Amino acid sequence: MRRLPVNLILGATLVALVAGMALVSLVWTPHPHALMNIGARFAPASDVHWLGTDQLGRDVVSQLMVGARNSMAVAFIAVLIGASLGVTLGLLASALGGWIEDFVMRIADIGFAFPTLLFAIMLTAVFGPSLNIAIAAIAFINIPVFARVARASANQIWTRDFVMAARAAGQSRFAISRDHILPNIAAPVIVQMTIEFAVAILAEAALSYLGLGAQPPSPSWGRMLSEAQTLMYLAPQLAIYPGLCIVVAVLGFSLLGDGLRDVTDPRLVRNRA
Amino acid sequence: MISITARALLTAAAVAALVPAVADAQGRIAIGMQQEPTSLDPTSDATAAINVMLTQNVYEGLTTVDQSGAVQPQLARSWEISEDGLTYRFHLHEGVTFHDGTPMTAADVVFSFDRARAEDSTSPRRATFQPIESIAALDDHTVEIVLSRPDAFFLFDLAQGPAVIVGEASVETNAQRPVGTGAFRFDSWTRGDRLRLVKNADHRNADAVALDAVEFRFIAEPAAASAALLAEELDAFPGFPAPELVPQFEADPRFDVRISSTEGEVILAMNNAKEPFTDIRVRRAVSHALNRGEIIDGAMYGYAIPIGSFYPPHGPAHVDLTDRYPHDPDQARALLEEAGVAGASLTMRLPPFPYAQRSGEIIQAQLGAAGLDVRIESVEWGFWLEEVFRNKNYDFTIIAHTSPNDLGNFARGPDYFYGYEDEEFVALWDAIRTETDDETRLEMLRQGQRHITEQAVHGFLFQLPAIGIFRTGVEGFWESQPVLQLPLTEVSVN
Repeated sequence: MRRLPVNLILGATLVALVAGMALVSLVWTPHPHALMNIGARFAPASDVHWLGTDQLGRDVVSQLMVGARNSMAVAFIAVLIGASLGVTLGLLASALGGWIEDFVMRIADIGFAFPTLLFAIMLTAVFGPSLNIAIAAIAFINIPVFARVARASANQIWTRDFVMAARAAGQSRFAISRDHILPNIAAPVIVQMTIEFAVAILAEAALSYLGLGAQPPSPSWGRMLSEAQTLMYLAPQLAIYPGLCIVVAVLGFSLLGDGLRDVTDPRLVRNRA
Repeated sequence: MISITARALLTAAAVAALVPAVADAQGRIAIGMQQEPTSLDPTSDATAAINVMLTQNVYEGLTTVDQSGAVQPQLARSWEISEDGLTYRFHLHEGVTFHDGTPMTAADVVFSFDRARAEDSTSPRRATFQPIESIAALDDHTVEIVLSRPDAFFLFDLAQGPAVIVGEASVETNAQRPVGTGAFRFDSWTRGDRLRLVKNADHRNADAVALDAVEFRFIAEPAAASAALLAEELDAFPGFPAPELVPQFEADPRFDVRISSTEGEVILAMNNAKEPFTDIRVRRAVSHALNRGEIIDGAMYGYAIPIGSFYPPHGPAHVDLTDRYPHDPDQARALLEEAGVAGASLTMRLPPFPYAQRSGEIIQAQLGAAGLDVRIESVEWGFWLEEVFRNKNYDFTIIAHTSPNDLGNFARGPDYFYGYEDEEFVALWDAIRTETDDETRLEMLRQGQRHITEQAVHGFLFQLPAIGIFRTGVEGFWESQPVLQLPLTEVSVN
């Protein structure tokens, strides 16, 4: 068996770390994450509070763990929605071709032109800030990304012999898309999903930093960062820990995505060899 | 790559050291503002920042208030009050012009006040003008105002933003291009960034004004505010929003930190017109759920004085009512259960001010401990004004009331965003306004505070401190804040 690329192993390790934190927080955190104890704020790291407490005396470890859960949940749901809709559109465009394909892809181009943050701010102005709005914004921005990936990959598959055979056998375009095209474009789509995960985690952190994502008391790395900003003089560690978590998560998913592409994309395998 | 970057940085630092900051130039000052208003017209919008920047500087009233809170002449150089306290005769300064060149005469006073008390008036404080029975220009520089009943606060109220004198020619555009008679004229407003004033050389006291240009910079983010001060882009930040950074500035010899009290009562407002707050047991439960010590420590880093009612602790009629509803989650829970709303889900809409945002998170936890499930929504200031203040579409909000003598808010009836209707208090407030004996009025003010606290109309939190951070050498700002105005006529930068 071929040796796995280093970035895949490193990425998977970091992702497992963050995902582990998130999963454990479902059943256990060292302290209730929202429990305030203003008398014990800015406590240094100790046996009781492993990374100390924040400006309201809440346990930092517990907050980071629940923050990981929120980040992962937002990224997962948003990317899943974006990927489902995007891949469906891409497959449709590829299957139908002609003016429909052009139309769908031009719409996707327009979608690309929307910056995630500005789009989220617009949604917030209309619906008020909440985590759901953040998810909707990130999901929406993901649709054109996946539409492009799916269409480009599908167009290649459509020229293959087995697809020709299926068409000759009288199978409909939709059935071919479902039975033959979709399984064959799964690899690039999954790679793209992993990479978009990193983007989504970053976007969620940015939105929460701006107060447009998770609302208190639901902890979020982005909001922890923004709250720690004026405390840099008093307690710099409060900005460092969530910042580190974001770095680990984003780096982990990016590396994992790269690694997955390396092992699944035959062209890259050939080039490297 | 690294060495090139390092050299570039060193060069940049050397250049920066050679070029003095713009703010250092004599006669110019850059002032940080936390809040940016959506309009620049104090006669139609109660936003505090309008009064801070413009009242006394660009706009002037008949009277003004000095830093001790005493009424002083401004556009009126003197006045006489009849024996019965009903007729006021104001003598105006002569030769005053608006910034657009039109002369300011008695007719403008009549116009301004008639506009403010008209049926369709947009005045944010109509109560000021409500006692006026008639107003007439006796000649170009004399105005006579007849009241229907004595009003102890009349001269004081005339010094406030809603009572400034505006010109008929410019009134429609004041919201974007304010035109007044003050020592500074409006220069430009770049929304989201800055507002510039320049000295009005035609002003009657122009010789005494040291500043040639004033730049207000809107910086909502505490971290950005602190960075701008440290980079010496700002000379002053009179309403500094981050108490946790005070020790840092106190330790820095480049800055003076001045902390004073303000007229700003910070309250956890409850929508009294809406379920479940129509039930006094619920409002009392909320009062019992609050732990002011924790809120002040956690949100204000100890820099605030708790209040138990709606009156500033430094005022002459203050009574300490902070013990009326001691912090007791169990009692709060019991009251909520009695009222049948235990476990109810409510929304707290918070304006974008650090005191509100930070208090909100702590209060959310405290109400949670008493069995109320509160969801926080942080909203923009424009949204807050529209949805919370005008449309009364909220359960809880947190807001500082920075107007002086604003206990009368509770007499404003169900149309005000409190949604609070109380005929007994309306009668009491009418009596307070018309009482001319100081001691009797103070006693009635004490009674009013007790009444409001007894009704637990809102959760009363703390008096907003004014944390001012000034570059050393910036002098002449007010030392205390009897009204939320920032007169710049005596300010100098050395």
